[in-house]
Parts: sequence; C-alpha cells; structure tokens
Amino acid sequence: MLHDRDRIFTNIYGLKDKSLKGAMARGSWDGTKAILEQGRDWIIDQIKASGLKGRGGAGFPTGLKWSFMPKVSDGRPHYLVVNADESEPGTCKDRDILRNDPHHLVEGCLIASFAMGANAAYIYVRGEFIREREALQRAIDEAYDAKLIGKDNIHGWPFDLYVHHGAGAYICGEETALLESLEGKKGQPRLKPPFPANAGLWGCPTTVNNVESIAVSPTILRRSAAWFSSIGRPNNNGTKLFMISGHVNKPCVVEEEMGIPFKELIEKHAGGIRGGWDNLLAVIPGGASCPAVRADQIMDAQMDFDGMRAIGSSFGTGGLIVMDKSTDIIKAIARISYFFRHESCGQCTPCREGTGWMWRVLERFAKGEAEPAEIDMLFQVTKQIEGHTICALGDAAAWPVQALIRNFRPVIEERIAAAKAARRVAAE
Amino acid sequence: MAKIKIDGREIDVAPETSLLQACEAAGAEVPRFCFHERLSVAGNCRMCLVEVKGGPPKPQASCAMAVRDLRPGPNGEPPEVFTTTPMVKRAREGVMEFLLINHPLDCPICDQGGECDLQDQAMAYGVDTSRFAENKRAVEDKDIGPLVKTVMTRCIQCTRCVRFTAEVAGTADMGLISRGEDVEITTYLETAMASEMQGNVVDLCPVGALTSKPYEFTARPWELAKTESIDVMDGLGSNIRVDARGREVLRILPRLNEDVNEEWISDKTRHVVDGLKVQRLDRPYVRVAGRLKPASWSEALGAVADRIGANPKKTAVIVGDFATAEELYAVKSLADALGIVDIDARSDGSKIDPAWGRGAYRFNATIAGIEEADALLVVGSNPRLEAPVLNARIRKRWRKGGFPIGVIGEEADLLWAYNHLGDGPTGLARLASGENGFLEVLKAAKKPLILVGNGVTTRPDGAAVLAEVAKLAVAVGAVGDDWNGFSVLHTSANRVAALDLGVVPGAGGRSTDEILAATRKGEIDTLILVGADEIDTSGLKDRFVVYLGTHGDKGASAASVILPGAAYTEKSGIFVNTEGRVQLADRAVFPPGEAREDWAILRALSALAGATLPFDSLSELRAKLAAADPAFAEIDTVAAGTSEDVIRLAGLSAGQTDGRPFVGVIADFHLTNPIARASKTMATCSRLRAGQLAAAAE
Repeated sequence: MLHDRDRIFTNIYGLKDKSLKGAMARGSWDGTKAILEQGRDWIIDQIKASGLKGRGGAGFPTGLKWSFMPKVSDGRPHYLVVNADESEPGTCKDRDILRNDPHHLVEGCLIASFAMGANAAYIYVRGEFIREREALQRAIDEAYDAKLIGKDNIHGWPFDLYVHHGAGAYICGEETALLESLEGKKGQPRLKPPFPANAGLWGCPTTVNNVESIAVSPTILRRSAAWFSSIGRPNNNGTKLFMISGHVNKPCVVEEEMGIPFKELIEKHAGGIRGGWDNLLAVIPGGASCPAVRADQIMDAQMDFDGMRAIGSSFGTGGLIVMDKSTDIIKAIARISYFFRHESCGQCTPCREGTGWMWRVLERFAKGEAEPAEIDMLFQVTKQIEGHTICALGDAAAWPVQALIRNFRPVIEERIAAAKAARRVAAE
Repeated sequence: MAKIKIDGREIDVAPETSLLQACEAAGAEVPRFCFHERLSVAGNCRMCLVEVKGGPPKPQASCAMAVRDLRPGPNGEPPEVFTTTPMVKRAREGVMEFLLINHPLDCPICDQGGECDLQDQAMAYGVDTSRFAENKRAVEDKDIGPLVKTVMTRCIQCTRCVRFTAEVAGTADMGLISRGEDVEITTYLETAMASEMQGNVVDLCPVGALTSKPYEFTARPWELAKTESIDVMDGLGSNIRVDARGREVLRILPRLNEDVNEEWISDKTRHVVDGLKVQRLDRPYVRVAGRLKPASWSEALGAVADRIGANPKKTAVIVGDFATAEELYAVKSLADALGIVDIDARSDGSKIDPAWGRGAYRFNATIAGIEEADALLVVGSNPRLEAPVLNARIRKRWRKGGFPIGVIGEEADLLWAYNHLGDGPTGLARLASGENGFLEVLKAAKKPLILVGNGVTTRPDGAAVLAEVAKLAVAVGAVGDDWNGFSVLHTSANRVAALDLGVVPGAGGRSTDEILAATRKGEIDTLILVGADEIDTSGLKDRFVVYLGTHGDKGASAASVILPGAAYTEKSGIFVNTEGRVQLADRAVFPPGEAREDWAILRALSALAGATLPFDSLSELRAKLAAADPAFAEIDTVAAGTSEDVIRLAGLSAGQTDGRPFVGVIADFHLTNPIARASKTMATCSRLRAGQLAAAAE
C-alpha cells in the first residue's frame, strides 16, 4: 500500500489547483535547474538506477532507452517525442495526467530532452483527446510565460515543446507509426532497423516515451533514484498508475506501488468485485492486448511485470479490465478482436488478413456455429500472425485470442456442443 | 566486404547488401512480392522471411535487413541466415495462406495466369485446401485510365505500383487508402494516371490486379512466340520483347538493359501494338488518273524505275525515322550509284552535319552516365515527352540529391525540380555570361551534363545554337578526357546511324525542306519517301512521289506509287540509339500481305533502275555495312564520339542565332509517328491527355 507521501501524481483526480501555481505548490519545477546542472550522464544514470520501466506497455527500461541516443550530435538535431496517443482499450492514465496534472509532463519533457541533447520535443496527443489537449496546451503556455521552457528560459537549455494532435488511429501509438504521422504521412509503422534512436523523426535521432514515463522522471530525480527503487520489488520498481475498469464496484485510476497484490488493489481502491469475489470470471490485466486470465490464476498474483508474466499474461499499461460471471468471454474477446481488425493499418499481410479472419471465426464461436477442430485452427492462425508482422499490433491482436483458447477452451467447446445439440433438436 | 553464412555456405558481400540479396548471391531462392530491386523497400508482404541466428527468436524480413545489421557470433563467427528451416517454411506457408484467403479463385479468367508471382509461389508454399470458411473480401474495380485494367479484388497490397509512380514515374498517381482489411490501391479520385510510363505497373504487379487493358483476354503467355527487339518510338532504343502469336504481334514488353532502359518502357513503346495491324499498306499501288489503284510489284517498281531512269539527277530521297541501318546504307548506296545528291534522312529539318564528327551529335555522357553526372543543363528539350524512360533516369539521379538542374526552353512539368533559365538563345547567352549564377554551378560540377534536344537542332539557326551550347560545354569543363557531358537527345530511333552513314545531301544537294520546295516547284521529277511521314506533304499531290513504307499516313496519301514495306517488328535490323549504341532487332512476324522487307524492295528497284546493289541477302548487306563502317558490327556497344568533335563544334562559325524561344518538337506525345497514329489505344490516350490539359488550364 502506497503512502500518500510517496505519490507522484498528487492531483490526478483534478481536485486541486491545476494551474502552474498549484503544481509548483505541490513541488513541480522545484530545483529543476539544479537537476540539469548535474549533467546529462547523471540524469540518465539516475533514471537507470531508479529501475523505471517504460509505462507504455512494453516495459523497456527508460534510462537504457535514453542512453541509446548519440552522446554527441553529428549535426542532426535530436528529438524527444512523447506518446500521448493513449488508445488501448482499458487504458486511461495518460488522459488523467494530461488533464489534471500536466506540469509533471512538461517538466519531464525539459529534463528528458536535456538528458538526450534535444532542443525540441513533440507531444503526440490522441485525436479524441480534445479537452486533454487544451489542458496540456494551457500548461505549456503557462510554462512558456514563466520562462520555464522556451528558447530563452531560466534553466539555460533552449527548449521548445510542441503539441501535435493525432487523428484518432490506434496504430499511431506504435512509435514508428507515430513518427510517420508526426511527419505528416500516413500512420504506418516503419521497418526496424533502423531504430528511432538512429533515424527517427525526419531521419534524426529520436526517443519516443510514454507520458507516464516522462511525467514521473522529475520526481524521481528530485527524490532520488533510491527512493523510487525502494518502492515495489526488484525488477518492478516504483509507483504506477493502475486503471481499474469493468465489473468492479468503483472503477478508478489510482497510483499504487508496483507489485501490489491483485486482491488488495481491487478491494482497497475499486470497492471489490461486483457481486463478490466468487463472481469474478476473468481479468485482462494490462489493456486489451494482454492475454485474459481466469479468476483462479490472478487471485493471488502480484500486479507487476514479473507477477503477470508468471501467470502467462502481461502487465501492459496496468489497465485492468475486470469481468464477472455475467460476461460472455467469447463475445468479449471477439469484440477486442474486432477492435484490432478495425485498427490494423493494413500494411503487412499477416495482420491485414489475419485480424479479420480471427474476428470472423470468434464471432462464429460466440454463437457456437463452428466445429471443435476450428479451435486449434484458430490457434494456429494466431501463431501465423504473431511475430511475423512489421510492428507489434499483430502480436497484440493474436495474444487475446490465444489466451481465450488457452484459458477458456472448455467454454468454447461447450458453446459449440450446445449449438449443435440445439440444431439437432430443431431438425427433429 | 562482410562475411555471412547462408544455409551453411559462407559468402562475402558488401555490408549494405540486404539479406535477400545475400541469399540470392549464395544461391538460396527467397520468395517475395513487395520487394523490387528498383523500388524502395516496403517489407510489407512478409513472404521473404528468413531465420537469423543470434537475432530475435522470430523470422526476419530479409528484404528489409542488411548484412551489417546482423551481429557476429561471440567468437567473431559470421552471422548466419537460414532459408530452409522449419521456422522459415512455416512462416512462409502462413503468409501464403493469408495472401490467398482473400484472393479470388479466378485464375482461369485472369490475364496474369501463367506469369503470376502469386500463382507460382503458391505452387511452392501453398496448400491444396483452404481453411478459410468465411466470405472473401471483394474490392471495387477502379478506372485508372485506358492502359491499365484493374481487378482490385486480386490485389495483395504489395504497393509496388504506388512506389513506382511515386519514385520512378514521379507522378504519384497511386496510393493506398483506408486501413486494415479495407485497404485499397487507387488513384484517389479515380482519375486516369498521368505518367507516360504507367504501363510498367502492369509488369510490376505480382498478381492480376493491374493488367494491360488493351491486351485484355487476348492470349496466354505460353501461346506467344517471344522475340528480342529494339523499340523505335524514341531515340533511346529501349530493349523490348515482342510477343506474337502466328502473324500477329500481341504485345510488347520491356527487356532488361541496365545501360539503356533498365526494365522500363514508355506507354507508346508498349501500347503502339494495335497500330501495327491497321492502316497497313499490304500491296503496291499506282496512281492512275488521280486514284490509287492496286498494282503488282513489277508494275509498281517498273513505274518507279522508269521515272528514275529517265533522269536520275532529278530524283530526291527523304528517309524517315524508322529506317534500319541496313536500309540507310542501301538507300545511300543506291543514291550514290545513281548520282543522286538530293538525299536527306533528317526529315525533321535537323541542321546537324555529320562532317562535324560523331561527338557533335551523340549523347556523349551515355544514358547510364546520367547517374554519374552532378549537374544538368537542358537546352531546347522536353525529355519527359521526347524520351520518358531517359527522363526517369534523370529523375532517379535527381532523387539522390546534389543534382542542380537548369532548363532553357519551354517551362514544362518535367517531373523533377529545375531552375528555368530562359526560353531561347538569349537565355543561353545570359547563362554563358554568368548572369544568373548557374554558370558557376556548372563550372563547380565535376561531371556536368549538357543535354541538347531537337528543339535546338531543328531550328533554322540550329547549327549556330548548337555551336553556342558546345562552346558553353567546353567553357564549363563538361568536355574532357574522362567525361564528355555534351549530349544530344534525338527523338528519331536511328538518326545517329543515318548521320554516321552520311545520309545527308551530297555536294550541292538539297536538304529536306529544300527538296520539298523544289519538288513543289517541279525542279525535282521524282521524290522517294522512305518511310518519311513527318514532313510537310502539301503541294506534293500533283508530283511524282514514291512512298516506301508501312502505313497509310501522310506520305502514302501524297504518293503516286506505294511500295509496301515492313514495320520494325517485321524485320531484322540495326538501330543506333542517341548515345551511339548499336543494337540489333530481330524479326518477330512477317510483313502483311504482299509487303516486303524494305532492303529487298530497294534491291529490286536498284536492279530495274540499272544500278544493281551488290548484295542478295540481308546478311550480305550487313557484311557490306560492316565493311563500310566496322562500328556497325559491334552489337551492344557504344560507337563513341570524341571530345575533339565537340571542341571543333564549339569553334564553328555557323552564323547568328535568332532570339525566338525554343519550341518543343513533340506536340502530342502519343501521336508522333504513323504507327502510333494508326493505334486506337494511342488515340484514346491522346484524347484523354488533351482533355486533361484543357481541364488543367481552366
């Protein structure tokens, strides 16, 4: 259980003053100049030592990612790009940061840009986030007015921060598709290598980070890496915004320590499962692309990267979708499958063709209009998509389906058998 | 060089080589759809997946990964790639299954059948049954012009066509719209494509989504006899393959030649085919009482021979653009034997004099040399219309960057950015005086290319302007020992051969315009047009004009005697392109009806006129030609000119230049010659283009 004194996002619910003044009263922009004066290497070392892992879903160590940027510029400018294209179903933390606590992000952008030698940063905001973009822009304008950022700011590192508004495509949350979109092209993922740290935005060294990863970094540097790494457990350090949605009594976004037991998280913050713990059917622990697990699997699990891997799922962004026994799990996964079919960019073959195939088969499964042999066939199809695509959307589309078959196979089989029996009765 | 092991075989390749190319070099075949050597890498079909040792535990797209992207083993062993492992096999079969689930099973009615990449690779990686129990996707067809037919349901979204139009053609006609399963290739607003090279997307399309509209449902590839030939639609001499069934040419495809056309051809080259079948002269005619009456060969040839024999000195010859080197030599020999001095193969009125030397009228930089150049000046030419494939080469060089281009002449959309430096000789003078700064650009360049078009050479002051251009070329250092950037772009297929063989007026002879004027005035008794149609035929009706050619076009309608000849697909012959490359075209089919190969007609005529030419077969004629000029025996090599020729031209005093602007020599790209004018396809394209231009002007 996280103490209030260890919270980073002290205004995540927007109950306090959202302005720069309010944020500064809560500690933002305190001693930023002193942090920058410690130098690039110190900042990157601190972030590395804090054990901060990317909060966008993949969990790549943030400090390590920053260290990939060239130490000395070869003449090309460096860029920081913040991925605020938060579109994963079940994930809604960046939205709250943007609209209620944006100054963490603005300060983080300055520090991170300094750490990687970038004089400009772009925040790519999801198309649907209208008010969030306005709140963010307000915060940036305030920071410009107070000379906290800008060409000639009080921190001595010329820095411009731009907000770019997307058009609402999920795929633009993929870092290279985001860069394409930012360049004004169609949002289709690029081939890697080259990676963005070598050739990113307009061919220049670029780092793409999640909103939360950047927003927590100023507090980590202010309060020390040791403080951050003391929270949670080894390899899963720090605090994290959890998003609890679905069949709980009080859905919420809450900052908690990494590794908090699932049960505690739900009981303390979400008011328990609708209809009690016995009514829990399944949980998708990290946003729609993460494999759904059964109640018995997750009941005693710890909510962090290793905890979720141990039960064959993935921590993702920490967006829990809780489903009680009123849920038709096949229909639920079919809906997720429809989402990925709809959001596939259509560039590469397995994802373009496979996502639609999976969705159609699942829709039939939901009605029981299938043969039992098709369950294995569908599993093979998911395997033909996974790992064969340009970006990770193929994997993201395949995992929920694989998890459905792995964890809920009897449900599908029963459904098919029941439909068969019904047809037989109807025929007689 | 970097070492890499492919399926256990170690090879040495350049580090930037893609894995796919490295695999090919090692003899391991890698299937692919989206990858194409001349287009950017898309990596989207996922067919070329290979297993990489030490890499991530998933298959990698070999087209998108370079050898240098792979890390060596812990003890410095070369990285390893496998193309035959179970992982690779599974991956490819999976991709193939995905490609096929939404692909229609309409191979029996698909024009791509028999030459379809998907069909071929499905034989290797596909399975015989489908596990796909859902409905297949269908996509609406698009109308993208008269040349490319679409069946978009067959499309596998490899985006080769999109990349071709954006990168090579430069018109960005096509694009991929929508997302996921709903993606479609389209011209956005379903407008017709604007490129002069759009037909190439048909060759690039690995499936039957884009097929040739004029060739629709015409033949299967295995029914066709394939003949290697040379294109005559422009001065480039694109290498082509003529596909024929029986006596009929059905289609023309490009043939790979890195030095000339790479693997592209223009739409005129490709789709002029139907023009070979209509308006053909298939028997001799003689004008009797004002009307052309069918005649026998002996009657027709006899009438001509009598006329010439009466007064050979009052006979003139104009040779057109399609004559082979053999025919040019035969005509020249016949003229010499009869003492005819009024002979000219420069039917467009070009002022080039072969006496200046070969370097003065060749594309000295060579076509492939365009890629080495580092600055370009275009004078009096619109390469987009005069040689679209050469223009694509300029664009290719321009896309690499560091290639400043200046244009003096008409300001047209040439598909690359340029500085417009003037309209005519005054612009040239301003440039030479250093007024606009481009002189410094050319001087600073190591290999400046000066491209001169027929807009210069066909002017009355053509020789003077050409001398000025040569002077400029010499002044900026474009003409040296290791680089000769003075390059003349001819629009006529065999003009260089005509000039090399000296098919120009003899001592005291008349040039094309003078011959025509003299004929009208009655100073010339007999005018022989050897395939010459691009001339002013007015006032010739009452004169004795002999037309030896293939189509009922301008020349034939003015003729008193018509001798039906063979078109370029119907004879074997040597063509020398604008850079001086000697190329041999083979015969694909026989001439129609009683038409004969032109050299044989000339030989028969010579006998009747009492000056029998000394050969009885094409091989004997070719031997004579080679004896006269050994360069013509060196097939596929460039018979180069020298720098001295250009320097001499620069010093030529050829009179004053006048101030008129340079005018384009091609008014209608699609209708530049009798074959194209006979083609329905070309007429459709021409009408469409005129409409597009009118719409754009509004």
